[in-house]
Amino acid sequence: MNAPYVVALHAVTKVYAGQVHALRGVDLTVAGGELLAIVGPSGSGKSTMLHMIGTLDRPTSGTVRIDGYDIAELSDRELSALRGRTLGFVFQQFHLAPGVSALDNVAEGLLYTGIPRRERRERAAAALERVGLGHRLAHRPHQLSGGEQQRVAVARAVAGDPPLLLADEPTGNLDSGAGAEVLGVLRDLHASGTTIAIITHDVEIADWCPRQVRVRDGRIVADHGDGAGRPAEITKGTGSGPPAEITEEARPDGRTEITTKGGRA
Amino acid sequence: MTRDQRLRPSRLGPSDVLRVGAAGLRARPTRVILSALGIAIGIATMVAVIGISSSSREQLLRQLDRLGTNLLTVSPGRTLFGEQAELPAIALDMVKRIGPIHTASATGTADTGVRRTDRIPEAVTGGISVQAATTELLTTLEGRVAKGTWLNAATERQAAVVLGSEAATRLGITRVGVRVWMGGRWFTVIGILEPMPLAPEIERSALVGFPVAEKLLGFGGHPTTIYERSREEAVEAVRAVLPRTVNPENPNEVEVSRPSDALAARAAAASAFTNLLLGLGAVALLVGGVGVANTMVISVLERRREIGLRRSLGATRGQVRIQFLAESLLLSALGGLVGSVLGALATTAYALSRDWPPVVPSWAFGGASAATLVIGTIAGIYPAMRAARLSPTVALAAQ
Ligand SMILES: Nc1ncnc2c1ncn2[C@@H]1O[C@H](COP(=O)(O)OP(=O)(O)OP(=O)(O)O)[C@@H](O)[C@H]1O
Ligand SMILES: [Mg+2]
Repeated sequence: MNAPYVVALHAVTKVYAGQVHALRGVDLTVAGGELLAIVGPSGSGKSTMLHMIGTLDRPTSGTVRIDGYDIAELSDRELSALRGRTLGFVFQQFHLAPGVSALDNVAEGLLYTGIPRRERRERAAAALERVGLGHRLAHRPHQLSGGEQQRVAVARAVAGDPPLLLADEPTGNLDSGAGAEVLGVLRDLHASGTTIAIITHDVEIADWCPRQVRVRDGRIVADHGDGAGRPAEITKGTGSGPPAEITEEARPDGRTEITTKGGRA
Repeated sequence: MTRDQRLRPSRLGPSDVLRVGAAGLRARPTRVILSALGIAIGIATMVAVIGISSSSREQLLRQLDRLGTNLLTVSPGRTLFGEQAELPAIALDMVKRIGPIHTASATGTADTGVRRTDRIPEAVTGGISVQAATTELLTTLEGRVAKGTWLNAATERQAAVVLGSEAATRLGITRVGVRVWMGGRWFTVIGILEPMPLAPEIERSALVGFPVAEKLLGFGGHPTTIYERSREEAVEAVRAVLPRTVNPENPNEVEVSRPSDALAARAAAASAFTNLLLGLGAVALLVGGVGVANTMVISVLERRREIGLRRSLGATRGQVRIQFLAESLLLSALGGLVGSVLGALATTAYALSRDWPPVVPSWAFGGASAATLVIGTIAGIYPAMRAARLSPTVALAAQ
């Protein structure tokens, strides 16, 4: 059986060469089915935290448990398998292969799961359908809008149905309309049970999420909301406004219990 | 909870490895073609060199087959005192008595030269020797007349001469009926011979009958070379008895040789030139390999983000390594394939232009594939290791 938490960070620090303390003791737990935002100013350590959660890098100290596995005990091969099965990533730059169709870009996301090619393509088509791009299977990245490209990237991340989706500034390169498209897709995925962590420095996107984890100087300074709640409604910006207009009335129930605070021994 | 069975990365099937490697190449066609070209040139050179020398060897062997290996020649060696020995005048008759021999004939060098006119000084021989020949010679050598006729019982007594192919060329004679100046009188050219690969000395001779040579050219009647053919399987036995038969008193003053041996030796030997060209091909191949390695290193640098993405999708270090190794191998194999085809085409074109049978031995293609594989692997190892060692976060952060 899995541990109750999909993500459990305990006293995690990360020191980069040159004595940069990117994380200074982070405790964070995320249960299955949550939708949370990790929000903070530039340089506060958000991406570093995502690398820890995503097992792309190891902490300097502290423990990282993902889906019940203590990653300190896993080899590089086992970490790779864990990433392939448990984690899906969406990056600010979409990282799509140029000149390759949306379908094949998404199918490539399943390459390392051991699924046969034909089934990879079937699942890729289904994933593209899920993000509303069922009519764009043969389009190559340069034939797609930014929002569509990011939705292809989301489809690639979720094609294998990973229990945990990590998105680092998924709307950072998009205008408000396209950003709203992508958030809509994330909301639908959350509704169908996927645990999602969105990294952002955009307070409005953070407020849209039912749970917000605020980071500053490598520490968690606030943790509000119930990640299992439903996100707010999204209305498409008119182009000049903020990335996504968040409406107040649909905010989650307002439980603001702070479960974790960074920086404490 | 650790070391769970679920956490075993799944294997990439061979078709997926090939597909991923090929996709990497397809994204940069120009660079791929240019770096494969280096390999192609090296392989083409080597295949063509091997092919052309094999074709030339095949040509020699076929010629040997046609000419037969049952021809032996007998010539005088040296006496115990180091002087030029002589064959007895009756040597030919003795040779003809050896059972397995079915044809034998003789030539004897006359001490004179041949010239177009009497106004050319005697010292100028043009490298052409005047030889008395028995009428059976053409049969023994299985030679053919290109123009005119061969000596017969009548013409061997007349001032008539048959020119070897090379002799005719040197004298500038292309038709019969003209006269040449030999031993102080005119001889009429009655025939010109085809080339004789087994008896190049005949190609360079002006041949007259024994009787006329003795009568008009001061020829002493001692044969200087006896040619004979026997049954193929008896050649060695005949060879053993020839010296004693020809000169019972001094068998050690007789030399026996087999002209086909020289051709066979030529067929067996790879010339130094061939080796030089092979060396050049190897250098081209090496340079091609360096080109592939260079392309791969650049490719890894440019594709760090792709590598990071693949790692985030669950690729192990080994799978990243395999991907770039496969790419390098495919690149090199592409060059090898194109090079093999070009090499075979060059061989065919050259061989056909010389009327040789085009032959590229299959081991040349095998060697080309092996060389390609080795080069692709060596050129790919370092870039692939670099790609695999890249940390996922650094790779993803690359510009
Ligand atoms: N590979 C690295 N080597 C050295 N320092 C690093 C490295 N990666 C990040 N840092 C530093 O660690 C700190 C936290 O970086 P991080 O990328 O986590 O910030 P962030 O919150 O994601 O910022 P942004 O919103 O700008 O993306 C920064 O000061 C950054 O300069
Ligand atoms: Mg960041």
